Amino acid sequence: MTNVLVCVKRVPDVGGEVLLTADGQGVDARFVGFTTSAHESCAVELAVRVADGDEVAVLTLGRAEAVEQLRSALGVGCTAAVLVEADPAGFGPADVAREIASVVSAHAAAGRSHDLVLLGNDAADSGDFQVGIRLAYELGRPVVNGAKTVEVTDGVVIARVDGPDGGVETYRVPLPAVVTVLEGGVEPRYPTITGRMKAKKTKVEVLAAQRAPDGTGRVRLLLPPAQPSTVEVLGTGPDAAPAVVDLLQSLGVAR
Amino acid sequence: MILVFVETGPGGATEVSLETVTFARGLGGPVHAVVVGELPDGVAEQLGAYGVAALHVATGEAVAAYGGAAWAAAVEQVRTAAGADVVTAAGTPRGMEVLAHLATRLGVAMAANAVGVESDPGAAGSLLVTRQVVGGAVLEQMRLDDRPAVFTVAGHAVEAQPAVAVEAATVHEHVPEVADADLVARVVSSEPGEPDRSGALTSARVVVGAGRGAGSAAGFDGVMELAELLGGALGVSRVVTSLGWRPHHEQVGQTGSRISPEVYIPCGISGAIQHWAGCASSKTILAINTDEDAPMVTKATYAVIGDMHEVVPAISAEIRRRRGG
Repeated sequence: MTNVLVCVKRVPDVGGEVLLTADGQGVDARFVGFTTSAHESCAVELAVRVADGDEVAVLTLGRAEAVEQLRSALGVGCTAAVLVEADPAGFGPADVAREIASVVSAHAAAGRSHDLVLLGNDAADSGDFQVGIRLAYELGRPVVNGAKTVEVTDGVVIARVDGPDGGVETYRVPLPAVVTVLEGGVEPRYPTITGRMKAKKTKVEVLAAQRAPDGTGRVRLLLPPAQPSTVEVLGTGPDAAPAVVDLLQSLGVAR
Repeated sequence: MILVFVETGPGGATEVSLETVTFARGLGGPVHAVVVGELPDGVAEQLGAYGVAALHVATGEAVAAYGGAAWAAAVEQVRTAAGADVVTAAGTPRGMEVLAHLATRLGVAMAANAVGVESDPGAAGSLLVTRQVVGGAVLEQMRLDDRPAVFTVAGHAVEAQPAVAVEAATVHEHVPEVADADLVARVVSSEPGEPDRSGALTSARVVVGAGRGAGSAAGFDGVMELAELLGGALGVSRVVTSLGWRPHHEQVGQTGSRISPEVYIPCGISGAIQHWAGCASSKTILAINTDEDAPMVTKATYAVIGDMHEVVPAISAEIRRRRGG
């Protein structure tokens, strides 16, 4: 049995065109809505599997609306939820790591020790690639980065990571530990009806941020210059096949 | 002086590391490189050709196996010895991990996935980094006030270019001291990948892609046949792996592989930004789609408007016909 804390982030659910807010400080999500980062959906799934009936707390730092992402995680098996209520735009990766660490320390002092903390490898919006590592240093714990699968046996975390040459690398790290998760190792489950009911009833622990953030260094966001379409349509339907093969031959990839 | 954390493979320094060296050269000032662990033959000459003045090699038992903290400790000791005030690496999983450890240990910020770095005109000594966020769909201008400045360079932000004036890099060996706490999380075993895993996808000259338009798990025979005829690899969009139609290691995109083949042939892929993030560096894109307004079609170099299940087999048949089979 392992007590797990999994950290998620509410991010704009962008798919097609991205719009920016008028002040250039954020993504305008009015027309796309919000979701949980893909890596973190897998982190939640792994957390629920690892906990195997023990506590799985889900945490986010965000505005009151981010409770929606906490409820999603509660609906698939998390048993407790923490909202560090703050405007996430002002919090850089070091700030977020410090806030998570203070929740972990406060819970430990109250007898709830989160042996394993799981996070996404990076957030889908800010793409910082470092919160988990900074958190590990705050807590003085080892960290494995980019795990596809995570198991715990006899107080040891076994995490598997895709290596640079296409192979699979294994880490064995004693608890307590921090692991960041990459999408793709597990299939996140869908919430059940009873899961949803339970999620609605679970009380969310709402905390204030412990200190003013140092910030993100963001000056502004920009959209890459729009490229006018220069597509050359070779044809319609199967009749286009000879033109396609002519092209592939001229590019030297078909003979 | 700029220190570049260089990753190596069987062919010497990796292409993205050479891109990062090229990027670093563009910032002015001498460029040093650090390789942690075993040094493949010829890397000093190779890096010299890309303008690296000095190559630092960190070896020893502590860094023989990969570990983010241990390798960052090695890079930090090299940085101190060489006197670098900027440290950079390619935005690969290891590049990100080692530099995030390094930045944390130094108490400085890290900017991930830079595509441009300049001096901040508004603040002396600060850098203004332009970097990819939201999977490359948005750029962020970020001020980096700290020294040493730490950032990673996005894959394919620049093309790897050899330097004009070339001298062999001098080689300096280091045996870093690594604290026990930094040795806890490191690779204890590794299994070689299957030959058809993502390595084949990222190095393929031709990638045939398939998305929702495949229709079902049984809808990939046509694209796989075409990929085989072209000696290429199959790549799929996220929806395909989410639906369980194909394995995740075939996924191209923000949370899958980033590819840069000579020709990418996305079939039935609408071109969501998360997918575009993984294929934007393809030299030529030939989109096959029923929707002529799909983003993948409008962004492509060439397109065929039609159902992939009709168009793709016709292309394969035409290739076989010309081969006389």
